[in-house]
Amino acid sequence: MSENDILVEVRDLKVHFPIKRGVLFDRVVGQVKAVDGVDLSIARGKTYGLVGESGCGKSTLGRALLQLTPPTAGEVSFDGVELTTLPSGKLRSMRRRMQMIFQDPMSSLDPRQNVESILTEGLQTHGIGTDRTDRRRIIGETLDAVGLPRWALSRYPHEFSGGQRQRIGIARALVLGPELIVADEPVSALDVSIQAQVVNLLDELQDNLGLTYLVIAHDLAVVRHISDTVGVMYLGALVEEAPSDRLYTEPLHPYTRALMSAVPVPDPDVEDRRERILLAGDLPSPANPPSGCRFHTRCPWAQPTRCADERPVLREIGSSRVACHFAEQIASGELRPHQVSAQIVRPEDEGDAPGVVSAPTEPGSYV
Amino acid sequence: MALLEVEDLSVTFARRGQRAVHAVDGVSFSVDAGEVVGLVGESGCGKSVTSLAIMGLLPKQPGLRVGGKAVFDGTDLLQLDDRSRRDIRGRDIAMIFQDPLSSLNPVIPIGLQVTEVLTRHRGMKGETAAKEAAALLDRVGIPDPKRRLKEYPHQLSGGMRQRALIAMAVACQPRLLIADEPTTALDVTIQAQILELLKELVRDSGTALLMITHDLGVVAGMCDTVNVLYGGRVVETARRRPLFRQPRHPYTVGLLGSVPRLDAGRGEKLNPIPGSVRDLLPWPEGCAFAPRCARRTDECVGEPPELVHAHDGRSYRCVNPEPVPGLVPAPREEESA
Ligand SMILES: Nc1ncnc2c1ncn2[C@@H]1O[C@H](COP(=O)(O)OP(=O)(O)OP(=O)(O)O)[C@@H](O)[C@H]1O
Ligand SMILES: Nc1ncnc2c1ncn2[C@@H]1O[C@H](COP(=O)(O)OP(=O)(O)OP(=O)(O)O)[C@@H](O)[C@H]1O
Ligand code: SF4
Ligand code: SF4
Ligand SMILES: [Mg+2]
Ligand SMILES: [Mg+2]
Repeated sequence: MSENDILVEVRDLKVHFPIKRGVLFDRVVGQVKAVDGVDLSIARGKTYGLVGESGCGKSTLGRALLQLTPPTAGEVSFDGVELTTLPSGKLRSMRRRMQMIFQDPMSSLDPRQNVESILTEGLQTHGIGTDRTDRRRIIGETLDAVGLPRWALSRYPHEFSGGQRQRIGIARALVLGPELIVADEPVSALDVSIQAQVVNLLDELQDNLGLTYLVIAHDLAVVRHISDTVGVMYLGALVEEAPSDRLYTEPLHPYTRALMSAVPVPDPDVEDRRERILLAGDLPSPANPPSGCRFHTRCPWAQPTRCADERPVLREIGSSRVACHFAEQIASGELRPHQVSAQIVRPEDEGDAPGVVSAPTEPGSYV
Repeated sequence: MALLEVEDLSVTFARRGQRAVHAVDGVSFSVDAGEVVGLVGESGCGKSVTSLAIMGLLPKQPGLRVGGKAVFDGTDLLQLDDRSRRDIRGRDIAMIFQDPLSSLNPVIPIGLQVTEVLTRHRGMKGETAAKEAAALLDRVGIPDPKRRLKEYPHQLSGGMRQRALIAMAVACQPRLLIADEPTTALDVTIQAQILELLKELVRDSGTALLMITHDLGVVAGMCDTVNVLYGGRVVETARRRPLFRQPRHPYTVGLLGSVPRLDAGRGEKLNPIPGSVRDLLPWPEGCAFAPRCARRTDECVGEPPELVHAHDGRSYRCVNPEPVPGLVPAPREEESA
């Protein structure tokens, strides 16, 4: 791949959030290392998929890439322009070229604006379109592209179904003619049958407009379906990156293997034959990540040497990049998985008894 | 005879000045002892309302109408008074929900909540109950169970809470466990743990499981029999393998064509169902799926399609079902229960 084919390049990106405590004065008592040293590049016209479990830092990475959350450290270059040091005025005009789609279209759309004004707003902000007629033309084309009828223009978000609302969200991003779209859980709020419509739409738009996508989702099947390259995150860092097909046929990192084996496949024959790698225990808190390899507390292949005290870096193995000290030995079968006992992981706050008592919300609670 | 036989169950919510909502519109299915039965369908198709009606847990609001039967071991649950229902609940039938936090009491330690169930339904007291509670937590895979007994729900992670709820549900060795999207709120690796746990419990104790989910993958991995719901009615019922290998109802076909599969290649197109569940024809006026159906014929509208019982034990509600290719009789399915 030549240099020109890379649209986005992320280097050693870090986003740390301070944890504050205190009654009168906030005291910083620690840091959530939501993103802790990520390198990746996204090829122009391709889709990079980012998967991982809740809280692993996917959304934060997406937002930091677009400079919506200021990175703590690291670099992000977009089409050769370094974004982290760009003056805010210049950044604003770059924004048109990088748009975001959110999980919950309802909460990201202003309920008091009709579709036309939602779509016009962006055009005006960025000074796109010569006059009103021109803007109407652009909007009309965008509606066609996302499969919404013209009468949608005068309607409000609540008048649409979930799938149609997501189309509005996509239209709002698309109307500015972006090159990169960061889609954060674009289909996870949608029903299966509608999910497929939106996935196909994203595919079509890419084919027709040459868009570059960063798709963030926790659903591995969706991400694999839509992506050319998939990055797997665990506690703020990439543990594996591979071409989409290879990730399924030859997962190299123990976490990827476990993740792959955990996703149910709608086929009884496959389900009955599959080997499941069940992980013990919960995801550790990103405020207090394990030392060394962050996966070592749950890794069925963890070794007495290195795993607990040396943080593995991403290494190239074949066409994949893997952050595991023992990837080769695990792949060859030289190392075998062993039993891991679960360790207790606490939800963020600790305390003896809850301060606020809430009533049960579900009938039949406390059965 | 079936352990639970749900017959023509209907639930209507009527509000003054508003159109009545037929949340469940004639649902029938059965669960045999020790069987795992799936209830699958998209959001709003009536899965939760069905299970709440069976359990007698629907909010007692004016305008609520429940019809049909839900016969459990010879007794129609819908005819019971609150007291007898409460007795059956917990002892013979237990339920777990998607959000464990809302079904656990936030101000009572986990241990006490489990021992309460043991005391109420199994007459255990003091030390015996505490021992059994610890054993239960251990059985559902909660580490260091003795210490966990003293902790409050908010001190446990989502996955651990769901385990605690499962422990309470199985504390009385119920004959039927109803699980409404028990893993939907959990991460996929935790989901795998919980599903494995449920499978194990069902296998070891002979408890029947009614598994409510929107995830066809979950169904494929654990259900003996599957009921597909659309618009408040069961549109297809089949054993697991025939359903996935050869769906007959166009909606089932559409669902299967919509799910991206982990083991499919990049670029394989999905075949979504056009429209949305909002484009629903009321059942009395014909097939509810007709507005979205590619196999629709003139016969589909006017009156609701009858339930067809096919030779292979499956049934579907459709006048123009997906054909069986070649008309070769399907190979006999040997399914271990
Ligand atoms: N503004 C913030 N302030 C403090 N902590 C934050 C902030 N935003 C995110 N975090 C923390 O950073 C970590 C990563 O969060 P992030 O939302 O990026 O995860 P995610 O992978 O997108 O998860 P999910 O799948 O649940 O959306 C979490 O522990 C989260 O609590
Ligand atoms: N208390 C209520 N009052 C009025 N309508 C209700 C009530 N509870 C549920 N409904 C309606 O009944 C229908 C069926 O709801 P139900 O909760 O059973 O769906 P579901 O299949 O469980 O969906 P999901 O997958 O979203 O949980 C929906 O249209 C819902 O809006
Ligand atoms: S480095 Fe060690 S603990 Fe980490 S994934 Fe590899 S084997 Fe497991
Ligand atoms: S009855 Fe008609 S409309 Fe309904 S699913 Fe069958 S073919 Fe389609
Ligand atoms: Mg997120
Ligand atoms: Mg429900």
